[in-house]
Amino acid sequence: MSTEVHDLHVKEPAARVAEGVNNLQNAGAMVHATPGNSDELQDDPGEKMVLNMGPSHPATHGVLRLVLELDGEIITKAIPDVGYLHRGDEKIAENMTYTQFIPYTDRLDYLAPLANNVHYALAVEKLMGLDKQLPPRCQYIRVIVTELARISAHLLGLGAFAMDVGAMTVFLHTFYEREKIYNLAESLTGARFTTTYTRIGGLARDLPPGWIEQCRKFIDEVVVNFDESEKLLTRNPIFVNRTRDLGVIPKDVAIDYGLTGPNLRGSGIDYDLRKAHPYLVYDQVQFDVPYGSVGDCYDRYLVRMEEMRQSVRIIRQCLDQLPGGPVNVPDGKTVLPPKEKVLTSMEELIHQFIIVTQGVDAPRGEIYFGGENPKGELGFYINSKGGGTPHRLKIRAPSFVNLSILPYLLPGNMMSDTVAILGSLDFVMGECDR
Amino acid sequence: MSAKDLALKLAAHFGEVISTPWEFREEVTVQVLDENRIQEVCAYCKKELGFDYLVDLSGVDNYGEDPRFTVVYELYGYGHRNYLRLKTNISEEKCELPSVTSVWRTADWHEREAYDMFGLRFAGHPDLRRILMWEGYPYFPLRKDFPLAGKPSELPEVAFSNPAPLEGGPFVTVAGGKDTIAREPRVRVPETDSLETNARLERRRDLGRADEQHGNIKPAP
Repeated sequence: MSTEVHDLHVKEPAARVAEGVNNLQNAGAMVHATPGNSDELQDDPGEKMVLNMGPSHPATHGVLRLVLELDGEIITKAIPDVGYLHRGDEKIAENMTYTQFIPYTDRLDYLAPLANNVHYALAVEKLMGLDKQLPPRCQYIRVIVTELARISAHLLGLGAFAMDVGAMTVFLHTFYEREKIYNLAESLTGARFTTTYTRIGGLARDLPPGWIEQCRKFIDEVVVNFDESEKLLTRNPIFVNRTRDLGVIPKDVAIDYGLTGPNLRGSGIDYDLRKAHPYLVYDQVQFDVPYGSVGDCYDRYLVRMEEMRQSVRIIRQCLDQLPGGPVNVPDGKTVLPPKEKVLTSMEELIHQFIIVTQGVDAPRGEIYFGGENPKGELGFYINSKGGGTPHRLKIRAPSFVNLSILPYLLPGNMMSDTVAILGSLDFVMGECDR
Repeated sequence: MSAKDLALKLAAHFGEVISTPWEFREEVTVQVLDENRIQEVCAYCKKELGFDYLVDLSGVDNYGEDPRFTVVYELYGYGHRNYLRLKTNISEEKCELPSVTSVWRTADWHEREAYDMFGLRFAGHPDLRRILMWEGYPYFPLRKDFPLAGKPSELPEVAFSNPAPLEGGPFVTVAGGKDTIAREPRVRVPETDSLETNARLERRRDLGRADEQHGNIKPAP
């Protein structure tokens, strides 16, 4: 299926700035035409002021710094400054085995650690040629946890977006549901936040008893929450006024800047990696890919809202179809053997020793794997010279790429609209700065 | 049209410049043998072959080999839904290749990152500055000869005009000056450490007093 690209007739930043300043001047002229105004109130059009927003600012959702050049209230130039959370994850990855790096992926998009775990494991498995051998139960569980992570990330994204434009209630409301996802993650992995759930060639553990029922109960409850949140926002005149026709990203610009995920689909491009290049069992479940028509902040909100409903649909189907069987690849040289076998059998003991000390043996070669993370396409480029350690591991972080559009998007808008635009882009600095 | 056909078409158009495409895990890669023509090749890929989306751009350091650096371009076309990987090598002496920001605007930040991490200069880039490390940082951290623990470097102390809470305490790392091995709280020797911390605090107080005298900042209460 091809995607037609056409221009939505959005002005370039420079033209928008000129228009905004012009409007402001006309308004000023009207004010000054009224008698009784003294000269000292006169605005000086064209005089620029530089405002520093962040790195610690509630609307920058982390440590993003924006250097904004303002003419009155109109932004004339925006320079994003990232890197405050840089921890050198790619350097660290070159110095440890593939399995040891899994905990570091928790800390990329820390709103959806389970999804990061899954996509990283898939990338390494693609390098090793294991992706076709994964047992069906493993694939279904991975889809379930990825979609749970998507709901969790979107709930926070929506809540924070709504709070940025003044709707405090939604934030508390969505956090209530996120708490339940954390409880599910806790009973599944032992940790609420830093899950480290996948392993190369499988999962850390199978579903605990009763988890499926808990998950079903959760998805029944969360749908009610979606309805309630939507009642608070979708037709709320304040919310609509603050987001509609704001921060419009035309299709061709979205592609040119490499946007992915809900931000790309908000601009009207029907592209989702789960549909376009299905991995795991996404080709065996039914779901729709929502996409916007205008590409403004409101469209991006609607896309996220609908994506959560589709995620619930996917989880429900996966829980219904969930097969039995093992969750790990039946290959002693890739996945850690069970502990009782290690303690009783020579071969398993050797495998365990080699996997722990040297890592899984990956072939020479290079691969790129991109998966549909909540924020967009999370990709891993792995360059291997053989052995248990990557020669180079590049993380293609969706938030990093999505933020690069800010110098295009912000100029011409009012200063106060910055928070709405940032909220609608829904980024995570942990992933952006790596 | 499959990725392989597109790669062959590219090779047919550019001839000597493009290597024979090879496949690994169903991914097609071609080597661009002349790094000076990478911008031209990319522009052709976008315009004629429909690769309108630059997924990723990353540098690779093949330390000990010649040429030392590789730049990898991951392309995708929304029209035909195929991936293609372009690779090109750059020698350590040169460290420079044409920028592709004029082809895809998303290359802007990717190239800045490659410059920041490997020191590769992209000729024609509109604003080639560091992006993740701070301005004025002297090293390129993803090069293989840069140690994992880091190297000592001067942190600009502008952000630390007053001592941080708990500074000098047993579980607080010390900013700047040393590498991460020496800064690690568990290996620090408390006696010498406190001497050093005191010296640093004293230096900061002096700086603070100097600032006060010049009327720059208010003294801490």
